[in-house]
Amino acid sequence: MTTDTPVFVGPPTRQISPWAWAHKNLFSNWLNTLLTIVSVLILGWVVIGLSTWIFSQAQWAVIRDNFRLFLVGRYPVQALWRVWASLGLIVAMGGISWGILARNIRLLDRRGLLLLGILAATVVIVLALLTDPRSIALSLGMLVLLVVLAFVGQRLGQAYPPLGTWLPLGWLVGFLIAYALVRGLIGGGQPVKLDDLSGLLLTLLTAIVSIVVSFPFGVLLALGRRSELPVVRWLSIAYIELVRGLPLVTILFAAQLLVPLVLPTGIRPERVMRAIVGLTLFSAAYLAENVRGGLQSVPRGQVEAAKALGLNPVLNTSLIVLPQALKAVIPTIVGQFISLFKDTSLLAIVGLTELLGMGQSILANPQYIGKNAEVYAFIGLIYWICCYAMSIASQRLEKQLGVTHR
Amino acid sequence: MDEQKIPLWRDDRFIKLAVQVLLVVAVVVVIAILANNVSVNFRRLGLNFGFSFLNNPASFGIGDTAIPYSPTDAFGKALLVGLINTLRVIVVGIILATLLGIVVGVARLSENWLVRQIATVYVEIFRNTPLLLQLFLIYTAGFLQLPPIEQALQLPGSTILSNQGLYLIWPIGSLRTGLSLAVLIGGATLGIVLWQRRLRVMELEGASGNGYQKALIGIGIVSLLALLLGLEWRTPQFENGTVTGGLHLSAEFGALLFGLVLYTAAFIAEAVRAGIQSVSQGQWEASRALGLHSSLAMRLVVFPQALRVMIPPLTSEFLNLAKNSSLAAGIAYSDFFQIAFTINNQTGRVLEVVLLIMITYLTINLLISLGMNWFNQRVQLKER
Amino acid sequence: MRKWISLLFATVLTATVAVACASSNDTAAGGGGGTSTLDTVLSRGSLICGVNGQLPGFSFVNNEGEYSGMDADYCRAIAAALFDDPSKVEFRNLSAQERFTALAAGEIDVLIRNTTWTINRDTALGLEFGPTTFFDGQGMLVAKASGVTAISGLGGKSICVQSGTTTEQNLTDKFRKLNIPFTPVVFDDEDALYSAFAQGRCQAATSDRSQLTARRQSLPNPDNYLVLEEVISKEPLGPAVRNNDSKWADAVKWIVYSTFQAEELGIEQDNLTQFASSTDPEVKRLLGQEGTLGTDMGLPNDFAARVIKHVGNYGEIYQRNIGEPFALERGLNSLWTDGGLIYAPPFR
Repeated sequence: MTTDTPVFVGPPTRQISPWAWAHKNLFSNWLNTLLTIVSVLILGWVVIGLSTWIFSQAQWAVIRDNFRLFLVGRYPVQALWRVWASLGLIVAMGGISWGILARNIRLLDRRGLLLLGILAATVVIVLALLTDPRSIALSLGMLVLLVVLAFVGQRLGQAYPPLGTWLPLGWLVGFLIAYALVRGLIGGGQPVKLDDLSGLLLTLLTAIVSIVVSFPFGVLLALGRRSELPVVRWLSIAYIELVRGLPLVTILFAAQLLVPLVLPTGIRPERVMRAIVGLTLFSAAYLAENVRGGLQSVPRGQVEAAKALGLNPVLNTSLIVLPQALKAVIPTIVGQFISLFKDTSLLAIVGLTELLGMGQSILANPQYIGKNAEVYAFIGLIYWICCYAMSIASQRLEKQLGVTHR
Repeated sequence: MDEQKIPLWRDDRFIKLAVQVLLVVAVVVVIAILANNVSVNFRRLGLNFGFSFLNNPASFGIGDTAIPYSPTDAFGKALLVGLINTLRVIVVGIILATLLGIVVGVARLSENWLVRQIATVYVEIFRNTPLLLQLFLIYTAGFLQLPPIEQALQLPGSTILSNQGLYLIWPIGSLRTGLSLAVLIGGATLGIVLWQRRLRVMELEGASGNGYQKALIGIGIVSLLALLLGLEWRTPQFENGTVTGGLHLSAEFGALLFGLVLYTAAFIAEAVRAGIQSVSQGQWEASRALGLHSSLAMRLVVFPQALRVMIPPLTSEFLNLAKNSSLAAGIAYSDFFQIAFTINNQTGRVLEVVLLIMITYLTINLLISLGMNWFNQRVQLKER
Repeated sequence: MRKWISLLFATVLTATVAVACASSNDTAAGGGGGTSTLDTVLSRGSLICGVNGQLPGFSFVNNEGEYSGMDADYCRAIAAALFDDPSKVEFRNLSAQERFTALAAGEIDVLIRNTTWTINRDTALGLEFGPTTFFDGQGMLVAKASGVTAISGLGGKSICVQSGTTTEQNLTDKFRKLNIPFTPVVFDDEDALYSAFAQGRCQAATSDRSQLTARRQSLPNPDNYLVLEEVISKEPLGPAVRNNDSKWADAVKWIVYSTFQAEELGIEQDNLTQFASSTDPEVKRLLGQEGTLGTDMGLPNDFAARVIKHVGNYGEIYQRNIGEPFALERGLNSLWTDGGLIYAPPFR
């Protein structure tokens, strides 16, 4: 009964002419043709309108003159090396992690190239706005560092596969060092007060700290919501549903306005700290719901098997359930981070000078009054670059984890 | 019968109980301490707690009012005006965002390459920038670019469009209008009942249902008459730079609505796409084998199944829309949040105002959740 | 088992109530009295100053990342008087909503945020106002083409106004008095307000006249707009501190007055050294070369000299921040000797 091993032949790849492609994808029937024509008209109108504005009507001097303010705000100029050093650290970590995670696949696939393209475009924008040669060299250096370390990381990852499991810890330590650097807690010199941070720097700081702190809190809440102890369960549910039912602005206002009333006299947390607490409390409730989804996706058999092996509930949860649950919800957690990052723009409403608040302050300078469109467009671009890069990176991460763990 | 005595600290039941009791105590203590701080701080700052200030005259004007309001009315009335404004945006916004979201979600899977790309670009732009910025831009670069009121566009149907907003023909509140409305609602109810009965008769008994059809036509004619003649329509009148009469939808309302709809629809589109993709390919093929056209297959076979997957994410997008409507203040729409904080600024009643805001938004969200849960239960697969 | 549980529960509940009651006594002592803000500021080594941060002419962040404007300069003046160093200021941007809470709760030492002095704020809200540094009044900005020359011509029109300010109430009061209807369009964000006005969304924009003048120049065609002559309210803007701290209130008050007095005496940043050798007893007292006016209230004796050296006199502060950028006449903000309202009580 032996036969030749069957030879699998893939479907024949046909060379499609541009005309055939257009016919198939754009003009296959009258409805499709109509749609195409309407789309082209809309697209043309938008593109022409936007480009006339960008290249002939808008006055970009407000961005060029205040570029540093947008990015690092009122950070002392002589201490700017701290920001560069932190950025370098983060870029280096990013490069190495990229390489390690992509150890089994091609480093520059479609998404990787897209991501790199976005970063390169960012650097080009930065170059167009910077005049100081040292900053230009440093920004280019960052890009090179990223790519070089990505390749180094890939080799490292292939040589020592377990490195991948240490990455989260590495990032935590990296962020702590970067934070200490920016605040001036290490490296000598005057410490920078938390309330004196502003611009994109403050946006990033509040977003990162909030997400990192809210993560364990959110996991605890998710576990609490599934707890068999009724009091724990009901308290968790009450907290999650209460916070999820409130607009973030309300929580931020409460954090700024009510904290002085709720805390005893003399205890006055910094305003930025209060904003971070508000964001953390808010984001924890949403994270808890995301994590709950992951917990529900872990098959019961896993828990029962672990129980049968004699693991106590704590070990069972932390070693068996959580790792599987968290892996399942990485995309939603990244989505949560993106939305938290966007939500930091609400801090401007409560009077903090993060990116948007700094933009509003610059717009009050008699020299630049009335340049709102330019400033808001620029801020929107920064947000878009950050958020889009994150969402691409998360799609890649998803893919890489899928490949490496199966 | 000697029972093995378990030491207390290893008794599972005891540990569980102790943990819970301790937790309750901790929560009570924290709340007690905070409440105490509040009362101490209130005493120190010479404030007192109470809602009687809501009866004081507001003495500020509101641009968008759905109910009659004047600055001599009480703060409570001003809040009510704001609440109605908020609900207006939420209800209309949810309906429009769902429609747009479905269109874009389907467009993301369109056979037309260009349509697909445009839908993708739209989704990626709106999902990845802050809503507050979008609102600013839509308002200043969009709605404000409409012609000023002096050169308002006069559209057919007595509609007037300017950057002050849209003026529409609208019935005034009178007894005649009320009666006609009652006729319309009665007619619609009767019509739906008859329609369903006609379908059942046609399906089960194979009858023609002609009698029902005639009755339905009759109802339609009566309703049309009530609509055209019964309601007392008032057309907006345009004279020397001001418009009187008719329904006024302000530019701010429009900008907020547009902003919320465009932003939320981008998220809904992704939910719709995921929902449609979750329906197995076999369903498509089967419906095609039955001879259904692709748009019919979508409407009758795929979409109803996708709906089951879509409802939970849709619910949370609706809730987000409701919460995001509080950003109205950025573009001069007088919603509940803006009016509440104006009151806070005039009276210094921080705690009361924040509590009012929290209760209001929690209630709105609870209502949306309940409604969506009810809907969810209706469309879920009934396993027999 | 049952007994144990109920016993445990009872104990814990008692403990809770006890803790809750005990805590009601200990915190009460901490509030109010005791040390003056002046001592706190001196021992901290810097002044925490609450500003708007987004108001042309008064406080905004300039190209170099420095706070700039009239309010910011008065923050610097206080720091200069206390520390001989105008950079010893920590600026805090405050929204209109939170400014009074922030001051009352002790998060800032002084509020210099274009705050109008009103009886309600001075008494019911527990604030203490310093000397008015800018006499403003609410006005109306309209397009010339509209033909409106007086507020009475605005009946039935839309008017852009900022939310949550006294401006909003003044506007309502004025139109109620004239008994004409209007539609307010209430903005949180000032940039949005003026772009809405420039696009013709509103037939008038209302705010303090200094703001209207500043904003008018930033509109595409300033000559097409005018600020109506009518002034619909009094807006005396000045620093505010907490009630019941007269030591600190006095210090702020006299630091501000010293800038008025310096202008009256003709002492400027540039000619301060020449005045140092002056024999005029009035000058000598102000500059702290004679008498103990400064040390008597817990300030360095040469506080006024420091203020003039680092920040300048009132006229210089005005010209730098308001006069030159906006070409705004001094008007009510002239010295009393020139027919204005800027007047310092005698330094003796």
